[in-house]
Amino acid sequence: MSRTLTYREALREGLDEEIARDPNVVIMGEEVAQYNGAYKVTQGLWEKWGDKRIVDTPISEAGFIGMGIGASMLGVRPVMELMFWSFHSVAFDQLVNNAACVRYMSGGLINCPIVMRGPANGGTNVGATHSHIPEGLFAAFPGLKVVAPATPADAKGLIKAAIRDNDPVYVMENTRLYGMTGEVPDPADGDFVIPLGVADLKREGKDVSIIGHGRSIIHALEAAETLKEKHGIEADVLDLRSIRPLDVEAILKTVKKTNRVVLVDESKGFGGVSAMVSHLIQDNAFDYLDAPIKRVTTMDAPAIYSQHVEDEQLPNPRRIVEKVLSLR
Amino acid sequence: MSSATADTPRLDFAGSPINKALTAEQKIELFRKMQRIRRFEQEALKYYNAGKIGGFLHLYIGQESVAVGTLSLCGENDHNITAYRCHGHAIMSGMEMNPLMAELFGKATGCSKGKGGSMHFFAPDKGFWGGHGIVGGQTPLGLGLAYGLKYLGKEGAALCYLGDGAVNQGAFHESLNIAALFELPVVYVIENNGYSMGTSQKRSSSYRGCLAQRAEGYDMEWDVVDGSDIYEVRAKTHIALERARKQHKPAILEINTYRYYGHSVADANAKKYRTPEEIENYKTNFDPIRLWRKRLVEEGVATEEQLDAIDKEAKAEAAASVKFAEASPAPTIESVMDDVYWETDNNTPASKLGQHFFTD
Repeated sequence: MSRTLTYREALREGLDEEIARDPNVVIMGEEVAQYNGAYKVTQGLWEKWGDKRIVDTPISEAGFIGMGIGASMLGVRPVMELMFWSFHSVAFDQLVNNAACVRYMSGGLINCPIVMRGPANGGTNVGATHSHIPEGLFAAFPGLKVVAPATPADAKGLIKAAIRDNDPVYVMENTRLYGMTGEVPDPADGDFVIPLGVADLKREGKDVSIIGHGRSIIHALEAAETLKEKHGIEADVLDLRSIRPLDVEAILKTVKKTNRVVLVDESKGFGGVSAMVSHLIQDNAFDYLDAPIKRVTTMDAPAIYSQHVEDEQLPNPRRIVEKVLSLR
Repeated sequence: MSSATADTPRLDFAGSPINKALTAEQKIELFRKMQRIRRFEQEALKYYNAGKIGGFLHLYIGQESVAVGTLSLCGENDHNITAYRCHGHAIMSGMEMNPLMAELFGKATGCSKGKGGSMHFFAPDKGFWGGHGIVGGQTPLGLGLAYGLKYLGKEGAALCYLGDGAVNQGAFHESLNIAALFELPVVYVIENNGYSMGTSQKRSSSYRGCLAQRAEGYDMEWDVVDGSDIYEVRAKTHIALERARKQHKPAILEINTYRYYGHSVADANAKKYRTPEEIENYKTNFDPIRLWRKRLVEEGVATEEQLDAIDKEAKAEAAASVKFAEASPAPTIESVMDDVYWETDNNTPASKLGQHFFTD
């Protein structure tokens, strides 16, 4: 059995279940408690669990994220909300020097079981500083794990896995997905956890592989529908879900099946997750390629504010269709 | 010495309850700890200059009374964390010289398996949460230790050390705000040696009487301490720690001290930004070990001969730790990939899912 939930409800259900399961789980961040969450992901949790488990912090990212990291070293399992992942810059030292490195520098003596979550996306007409998409950035720091759920079910399954993980896990959500609905398994049917590091083939095809994560997958599925209806092209749509660990096996499997690849990534053209995936494909499946690997990324400028243009700057179904057709 | 204590009338803290309670043995132990820290570092300096130790080496020589005075008040419920000048806190927390020296030599027998180096000593089992590399970056972590204690309903407090340069970092001010707001049992100890790297406190910090006074902006208790007097260090730290433990109230202690060497041994201008007279004045008049030694003899707690014997032991221990380090194996290149992820180290089923590592 399953029910229809929004992406934010699915996240909330995952958080709620983990708070209930483990007394050391604590939710922290700006406006997560009394205000009910800037994006309402944590709505109702403060009323249900109270001040100890759901903690409002000052607007003070370096301070409260560092505090969460310190508490996690002592055995607390904090889930920190970043109101926008764009605010990572304020806490960057804590995120990459402390969370990522403390286990290594201590020769494995210290663990850091912390979750950082919040929206990481463009497409909301809020200008450059609020629209960063840092999955690739953080995946480049060994010691960190990075996931990016595209559907409500994945959001719930992955947030639960992230909370149980003994390493720091950065969950990149998407503002534009919070209201999206989808089927999520019923809690009565058992504990629903999606392990980190397992990609999901969201649509089966034979002609081309479209590979991405997060909201790009929603665009890719729409593009795949158009490709089928208008051009008779059947696309495999592979949702990476987890950026690090990365399901390299699933990537190579779809490439070896279709021999053509379009990578979709909301990062900018320089660097990003798709650049790494592209490298892995050419390194491991070069002989299977019938065409160069192509990417659809966010046009390489800071995010434009204009609501008339931003969706064009970002990957979208039309740009994906065009890129797939260019392979022929 | 900064002016904050030079103008203050001298008070004798020997009679404060926490010092009165010290046995002769415990007093000698304070001397032994300070002397061990100094001898360990002098030995490390020798081998750094010989090219056997790499990276940075931030020496604590001159500041020993701070770690020894404050941490002598800590029990098994208390925790401490500091920045890159961490050797003193490590030894005072109970770490042995062998794994510390081996860490400096980059050996597999080092306390961090050769992965941390001088700036990154850790002993969580002894309540010591390390040596951290970024100025002020450890201050929210210390806050987190205090938060963890309170959340988990545990006794104790967290001591978080920082230098006078770190007081200007945003992370420190954010930490003070949250510490006071959330009522967390953390005591921030500013080890004021007068210089943030090569820039004097007067040129790097805006302040009135002292740096600790900034606590007032956060409605927090504070005090200034003469670091050359171990009785004063203990008396004032004890008050702050007890308040933290019992009332979950944070505090700032500014302990005035001095370092004999540069910011690190690699500090090329170490002899240019301070006059030789300034350094000599501290060594002659304020050296904490020399003053403590004098005190122990005056009080009749120990004889010069006894103290010499203790020093000799410390020297021998430090020399032996070099032998241990030199004889130890280097880490293997394969070990580079260990200690990155918990699950890959523990070979869990999850470690087989997806690729964690990417090379070439």
